[in-house]
Amino acid sequence: MGEKRDVLGLVLALVSAVALMAALGMVFLYAPREAAMGDVQRIFYFHVASAWVGFFAFFVTFLAGIGYLVRGERRWDILALSSVEIGLTFIAMTVITGSLWARPVWGTYWTWEPRLTISAVQLLLYVTYGMLRASVESPERKARFAAVYGIVAFVTVPLSWFAIRWWRTIHPDIMTGGEGMAFTPKMGHTLLAALLAFTLLYATLLRQRIRVERAADALARLRVQRGRLGG
Amino acid sequence: MIELCELAKSFGPRAALAGVSFSVDAGEFVALVGPNGAGKTTLLRILATLIRPTSGEVRIAGLDPAKAGEAVRRCIGFLSHRTLLYEDLTAEQNLRFYARMYDLPDGPARVGELLERVGLTERRHDLVRTFSRGMQQRLAVARAVLPRPQVLLLDEPYTGLDVEAVQALTDLLGELVGEGCTALLTTHDLDRGFAMRRRVVVLSRGWVVYDGSRAGFDLARHRALTAR
Amino acid sequence: MGFLRKVWAIVVKDVAAELHTREMVSAMLVFSVLSLLIFSFALDLRGAVARAAGPGVLWATVAFASTLGLSRSLAREQQSGCIDGLLLAPVDRSAIFFGKALGNLIFMTVVEVVLLPLFSALFDVPLLLPGVLLVVALGTLGYAAVGTLLASIAVNTRAREVMLPVLLLPLAVPLLIAAVQATGRLMEGASLGEVGGWLQLLVIYDLLVVAVSMLTYNYVVEE
Repeated sequence: MGEKRDVLGLVLALVSAVALMAALGMVFLYAPREAAMGDVQRIFYFHVASAWVGFFAFFVTFLAGIGYLVRGERRWDILALSSVEIGLTFIAMTVITGSLWARPVWGTYWTWEPRLTISAVQLLLYVTYGMLRASVESPERKARFAAVYGIVAFVTVPLSWFAIRWWRTIHPDIMTGGEGMAFTPKMGHTLLAALLAFTLLYATLLRQRIRVERAADALARLRVQRGRLGG
Repeated sequence: MIELCELAKSFGPRAALAGVSFSVDAGEFVALVGPNGAGKTTLLRILATLIRPTSGEVRIAGLDPAKAGEAVRRCIGFLSHRTLLYEDLTAEQNLRFYARMYDLPDGPARVGELLERVGLTERRHDLVRTFSRGMQQRLAVARAVLPRPQVLLLDEPYTGLDVEAVQALTDLLGELVGEGCTALLTTHDLDRGFAMRRRVVVLSRGWVVYDGSRAGFDLARHRALTAR
Repeated sequence: MGFLRKVWAIVVKDVAAELHTREMVSAMLVFSVLSLLIFSFALDLRGAVARAAGPGVLWATVAFASTLGLSRSLAREQQSGCIDGLLLAPVDRSAIFFGKALGNLIFMTVVEVVLLPLFSALFDVPLLLPGVLLVVALGTLGYAAVGTLLASIAVNTRAREVMLPVLLLPLAVPLLIAAVQATGRLMEGASLGEVGGWLQLLVIYDLLVVAVSMLTYNYVVEE
């Protein structure tokens, strides 16, 4: 294949490793202990950061879907599918960290809190996206269906968000205690650091995932060529 | 009438058409012959604007299907081994529906005329699901020629027909071509490909391997066999 | 307009086929009634419970029953390759979307025309209010549109009819929340103005899915 060493990928990986260590350090050493919830609140920084990366990843898939439909080039499809897989990982992390947080604070693993609920809806949407891809044979059709689904899914997310929020404000009997967190500047800095570190991590993973898919394509081409030659 | 230049189509890593060039003049009836998987159907479906080519040029009646899709579709009649008919509609309802889709000004009259011609006038109010395979295929022919197409694309139209129905279909197609229609027919059956066609294009693994008359083909085949 | 005439031709064709077989609407109707029966066992739908759970039961029934019709409607086009016949017609492919979606909207409405009075009578809930009917119309419109788009995708997958509800329901979340909430509030006697936010959400959802479907349908039906 003769692909050159991926310098950019290496740099990205190093930078995000450093950023993650720094963010982790800030979460435990720099950010103050939250008065009401205690140390468990520290999960908040990674919880929010992974929610952000999840949403951003699906936004990239949405754009890549449009790109694919307009241009019809495989690289847009690779971008879309790579981003979804990473987004799913982060959204799953959001849901899990949310539950871990909810348990000590509200005494239950799951509350129908709007932010947690929208993460769950996104998780379902993009798990379905993966199922759709797995269920179509023709590569072009798969890419087109996935692009269309990625577009429709993403445009419904804001609507779901509003619907879930209004629904929840209409029934205020559900605990929404987490909103009243005393937010200090140090917490703000830590959150920013976490957001940055996670976004870098997303970029690193995305780059590697795209390379894997390209290698898979190259392999598939080689197989077909060998078949042609009567192998 | 039909021009192909370096037409290629790949499905993922697999190339269905590797770069096909040939042209068909107005009024010509050409058979596209090749084994299953040679790319015949893909080629026909590209001409019918049902599939987009990966690269290469296509012109039908001087029009580019990628740009003037609707205009190209207006001058194409498409017949395959699938009937493209609604089994839950009557023969007449099917044709009338398609007449509307092609905005035929004389829709009902044209539908009546074609039903007569394919011998289904008496059964016109029966559901298509009650028809025999041969009758369905006759109705499918009526459907294909309904908008008076300049170009007929025939994708293995003989599949699943009995001897009688094959004869009826051949006669019907012969008449249409006699009326000046350009036609491209795919078949995996070499002999059927040669039966009435003067010109044959042989496709194999996405390449044109022969383009010429039947006599020439026999000679080439003989040479290829003796050379081995 | 040639475009609208062709949209209408597709609608007329679908209705004619349905009149011959009656399989789609009857399946949806029987399913709806069964669903009401199951819900009434499961939730003991009487009095206050019926009023509280009614909107949810109604929309769950409509959502599930409709997937049956949507699957069937697009499967009909696959039979004997009819979808190719539509694609070969000289018309913009969004006309196929509008024709199919409008047909599905009609079939869903027919089912609702029976379902709503039946529901009100069985569970003694006031559903036949102008406001509720408006919500039902808006909700059905959006569901028919997004459902037609996804059913067109689902029929081309390996899992086919199994795939449709899986694809459709997560996308229908905002529509279902808005429809259930608005229906519930209107049943409690709220005015249209009080549920204005939900109605707006439904209208935005409808416009959005119709626009996206119109723009992407060509890519969905093309081979």
